[in-house]
Amino acid sequence: MDFRLGESSEAFRAEAKAFLDEHFTEDVERMMHETGIHHSWDLHRALADQGLLAPSWPEEFGGQGKGHLEMIAFHEEFQRAGAPTYGQGTTAIVLGIILALGSDELKKMIIPPALRGEFIVSLGFTEPESGSDVAAAQTRAVRDGDEWVINGQKMFTTSAQDAKYVFMLTRTNPDAPKHRGLTTFLVPIDGGGVEVQPVQTISGERTNITFYSDVRIPDVMRIGEVDKGWDVMGLGLTLERSGAHDGHTIRLQRAMEAWATTPNEIDGTLPADDERTLAKLGRMAAEAEVTTLLARRSAWVADQGGRPGVEGSMAKLFSSEALLRQSRDFVNLMGPDGIRSFGDPTAPAKGEAEYALRFALGTTTYGGTSEIQRDIVARNGLGLPRAR
Amino acid sequence: MDLNPSDEQVQLVEAFEALYAKESPSERVRSAEATGFDADLWSTLIETGAVSMAADEAAGGWGATLLDLALVAEQHGRALGSAPIIDAQVAVRLLGRLDSGAAKDLLVGHLAGERLVSVALHPPIGGVLRMVPAGAVADSVIFFDVGELFAMDLGAERAQLRTTGAMPVADLPVAGATSLASGAVASEVFERARDEWMALTANALVGLANRALEIGVEYVKERHAFGTPIGSFQAVAHGLANARTSADGAMLLSREAAWAADEDPERFSELARLAFGFATEAAREASYASEHYHGGYGFMAEYDIQLYWRRAHAWPALMAEPDVIFASAERARLDRLKKGA
Repeated sequence: MDFRLGESSEAFRAEAKAFLDEHFTEDVERMMHETGIHHSWDLHRALADQGLLAPSWPEEFGGQGKGHLEMIAFHEEFQRAGAPTYGQGTTAIVLGIILALGSDELKKMIIPPALRGEFIVSLGFTEPESGSDVAAAQTRAVRDGDEWVINGQKMFTTSAQDAKYVFMLTRTNPDAPKHRGLTTFLVPIDGGGVEVQPVQTISGERTNITFYSDVRIPDVMRIGEVDKGWDVMGLGLTLERSGAHDGHTIRLQRAMEAWATTPNEIDGTLPADDERTLAKLGRMAAEAEVTTLLARRSAWVADQGGRPGVEGSMAKLFSSEALLRQSRDFVNLMGPDGIRSFGDPTAPAKGEAEYALRFALGTTTYGGTSEIQRDIVARNGLGLPRAR
Repeated sequence: MDLNPSDEQVQLVEAFEALYAKESPSERVRSAEATGFDADLWSTLIETGAVSMAADEAAGGWGATLLDLALVAEQHGRALGSAPIIDAQVAVRLLGRLDSGAAKDLLVGHLAGERLVSVALHPPIGGVLRMVPAGAVADSVIFFDVGELFAMDLGAERAQLRTTGAMPVADLPVAGATSLASGAVASEVFERARDEWMALTANALVGLANRALEIGVEYVKERHAFGTPIGSFQAVAHGLANARTSADGAMLLSREAAWAADEDPERFSELARLAFGFATEAAREASYASEHYHGGYGFMAEYDIQLYWRRAHAWPALMAEPDVIFASAERARLDRLKKGA
């Protein structure tokens, strides 16, 4: 056994660190918090310039051939730094799907400019009437000659205000059983008929609801076969759950350890002298280490040629629930001062715990709720009958 | 990164798995309940080398790493083995770090299977070593008191304590102790032994959690209520999914801690304590979930799941409650960060 990620992973981590030192500036961070938009064009283009938008791809497709264990080190650094990566993340998922399942024509049209950093892609899975039950999507796509006409709404199309396309799940056959009448498309946002309406959230992150009225797109924008969209989604959902999960926890841990080892400005006491504080820090250290290990195990399983379905769900479930527990613990521990908000100059530890508490709520929902992850662990991991 | 055990480790695990299957089925565990000690299992373990494997090759042992011992501990926990294997191995490693003649003599007798040596996890209070692991069956005990490490031979009169989980623990009045070491060496060696006990017990608790969950999962697949297996209810399935996730996390962390003893020594103390605290809670969560989903049957002595629940509460309690452990882990962590390691 060896719990180190390995030399090439650490070398790639160092590259990520160097990149972040140069490009993740205070301005980029401030803008992210002011606007709630976790996408930065400056950062995104700089990644593209260094060939870092899809480092895991083979070199012939514009990647660097990095393995899963190298990629997780890279993603850990970006998350731990708190860099805005939503646009980059959703785009990478969609490019992965297009590379695997898109037509040659679509690949040629989308992949090279996307890897040059010219645009980003949002995800359009969730709808007002369907979230966890993704396959219940009602947004309609109707064939009209060589074109498709799309009508409906999508929720939480994060980054859509900056995106050129939405990767969308639509219903093409309302008469077929739920999972067999779905088709996926890449829908241009600026081609007419799409309205992007901002949605504000508890954490300050901005997302969107998007409306589609008679949006006409050519058949070339279809990904996968007609009515076989659920197969495409299988790949998309797995890609969404893989990757690093420990960044938010480790950022909170660093902030709380710095807070605990700095004398209190009011009475000079050191929070770390208190056993209760130490116990909570220790508990957080255990959960942070477990979060890191569960995510790295998924990467390792993938590196061995396996499909880390259950392992990925465990990593996602544990990391988000642990972040919620930890941030709540520290906000409580700080007493009344704990609720001074992130961004308020009087907040202890810059309000990092208060921010994490609000932010954690989103993590237990997006990318598949904790309940969905538990269903997957119970059914595919423990072999229990389908839950009801 | 490589999460697979080596071929040698796989063989080691298989050997102990077979040994426990034969010498520690639940009837044997139950028949040893009164004392928590199965003399036949213990002599088989000694013959197999379970104690001597922990010693350096120079001392006549196998030179097993702490990770090797951890993988054995996991099998021990799965089987709820009624034998002080972890306590005995920790004593071997502790004695191997000391130069004194008394320590060497003690180690020789211990390895020869003549005198079982255990380690008290806490200094005496009011002249009594309390709740000493294997204290009811050991021939000698090592303990730490006011900067000095002592060994004490034990007489025949020791009251068997009744506890939540069957364990051969005893309260031992201090009398006629011999000094083994003093000063910095004594406290370092004692702290190290405690950390190793925690790392190994963490792995035993992982094995306990794994087996408890297997029992629970098997039960909820078979038991029907409202016309369907109860494992199909989310209220049941999700509790087990949470417990499985915690147990997986505990397994990774506990193995990492044991691995770190040789491969990442600066982090060993911290990881051993984090793993022990986390595995304690994971084992309690797993055994509680499985016990509870048995309904009233889980409460009956006849069902094995109660054996797991009781030990998940009893074994780790000998050290301290999780919050105390987490605080001590954080102290080790902050020390390391201050040193910039």
